[in-house]
Amino acid sequence: MTTEAIETPVATKPRPPSRAREVIHRHSGVVRLTHWINVLVVSLLLMSGLQIFNAHPMLYWGSYGANFDHAWLAALARSTPTGLHGGLRIGGVVLDTNGVIGVSPGPGGQTLVRGFPTWATLPSWQDLATGRRWHFFLAWILVLNGLVYLLAGALNGHFRRDLAPTRRELSPRSLLASVVDHIRLRHPTGEAAKRYNILQKLAYVGVVFVLLPGMVVTGLAMSPGVDAFAPWLTTVLGGRASARSIHFICANLIVLFVIVHVVEVFLAGVVNEVGSMITGRYVLPREHGQ
Amino acid sequence: MSRLILSRRRLMSAGTVGLAGLMLEGCDRLSHAPRFQNAIGRTEDLTKASQRLLLTGQPLAKEFSATQISPVFKPNGSVMPDSDAYQELMANNFADWRLVVEGLVRRPVQLSLDQLKAMPARTQITRHDCVEGWSAVGQWTGVQLARVLNLVSPLPQARYVVFRCADDLANTGDASGLYYESIDFFDALHPQTILAYELNGKPLPVANGAPLRLRVERQLGYKQAKYVMRIQLVDRLDQLGRGKGGFWEDRGYAWYAGI
Ligand code: HEM
Repeated sequence: MTTEAIETPVATKPRPPSRAREVIHRHSGVVRLTHWINVLVVSLLLMSGLQIFNAHPMLYWGSYGANFDHAWLAALARSTPTGLHGGLRIGGVVLDTNGVIGVSPGPGGQTLVRGFPTWATLPSWQDLATGRRWHFFLAWILVLNGLVYLLAGALNGHFRRDLAPTRRELSPRSLLASVVDHIRLRHPTGEAAKRYNILQKLAYVGVVFVLLPGMVVTGLAMSPGVDAFAPWLTTVLGGRASARSIHFICANLIVLFVIVHVVEVFLAGVVNEVGSMITGRYVLPREHGQ
Repeated sequence: MSRLILSRRRLMSAGTVGLAGLMLEGCDRLSHAPRFQNAIGRTEDLTKASQRLLLTGQPLAKEFSATQISPVFKPNGSVMPDSDAYQELMANNFADWRLVVEGLVRRPVQLSLDQLKAMPARTQITRHDCVEGWSAVGQWTGVQLARVLNLVSPLPQARYVVFRCADDLANTGDASGLYYESIDFFDALHPQTILAYELNGKPLPVANGAPLRLRVERQLGYKQAKYVMRIQLVDRLDQLGRGKGGFWEDRGYAWYAGI
């Protein structure tokens, strides 16, 4: 992120410096392009993944797991006097998720027994073969796109410069200060707005170096072909059923990240933020009180 | 200015929701478009090529210990073929059943269950991974497919081994719904590729494919053909069934089921 233009002249009469509109170059072309490809691919991977999950909406720990074994998570469709009622069992707790998980309305309003509802899956109707075709096609794109991003970020210094937290930022005081800023919805301005804040950095590092690679690794660990080549991988993850559970959990954490991420983008100013991810140019928010 | 930003912001939110709606609609349409599905389905070739590269040394699929066997091995798909022919064979404990091995071979044979059991056996405790997402660990005993192929001497032009099964999974009542599967020689000659007649030390139950089923351990469950009646060696798959090399392949699933 380098300062590209210090001042954009708007009027002939010189303005006091504090009124200047400072525009910086915030995101490189590679980051912008791979980001939007990633948005599309991750969304569709999630939806085709939910389609696949729906084929057997139960999760287990260990090497194996099928209907007769203990599932730690299961979508339920329980019959009640008023008809089928959807739920989600996690451990010993049953959540009422009727209408969304377990039992949800179909396109004609009919009652469907389904893990996730039609609007959350790709394709919307129950079709495991098509869901898998999408999923594995998209997985290849995710990996190739991710490699471009990782390679560029490692080579051009983006990770070191913009994503790596500094020691000072990681001190409990600075972390606490950033948490307080976030709770009070205060966004950095001026100089500080030129950099990602520490919580933002940690979130990005978590997604870029843990969650997304984690999706790929746990996905590969479920493949019987890859398992024959690298059985240690599946073993390290606790077995195939565990790899599937971790794959699901990582996907949920990514959803959580995206929700917070998008909320922050809106809070920080969606036009300027998204604009910067499209054009690279970012208008620095002015200091408070001006 | 701030009113303008507010309306731009609102436009942006509305635009995002609208875009998402369009995306869902578009994806459903693309899921119906055979040419698009064919195109993205081509990644199966990439997956197969990559996995075959990794598996060049023909490593064995992981084998488990007896304590790791699933308490119940979930039967799936057909659990009781209902044809008269199969019912008769079953009534007689498969004494009259013969495995026919034919096609592009020098010496076609017919083998009884006793003859198969007289051949050297392999026992392996492996994990069965269903395409739906569940897994079960079981102990299989059977004869290596390579030994059976050795008996018949495949012709050089044979490229695939096809398994014809007794179960009418599509319930069509005619041969068009009969289960079948196919593998190539890379998997057919693998030491863990066996024709199994025992599960967990007992004769293979009907629900799990009696009298004989295929185990091809580095692929998903639908490749593990049950109720095998006939093995056919062929040079191409497009003349069988709907041309995709297997019952589920004909219904949209990948022929290479390594993932
Ligand atoms: C519609 C959804 C999304 C929107 C509107 C959005 C928007 C943005 C914006 C505006 C930035 C720049 C933030 C800044 O400059 O302070 C950004 C960065 C980032 N976003 Fe997103 N994003 C979305 C979805 C996603 C998804 C699905 C992921 C990954 C799972 C993701 C991962 C990231 C990462 C890792 C960065 C930092 C990139 C870098 O600097 O290397 N985003 N996003």
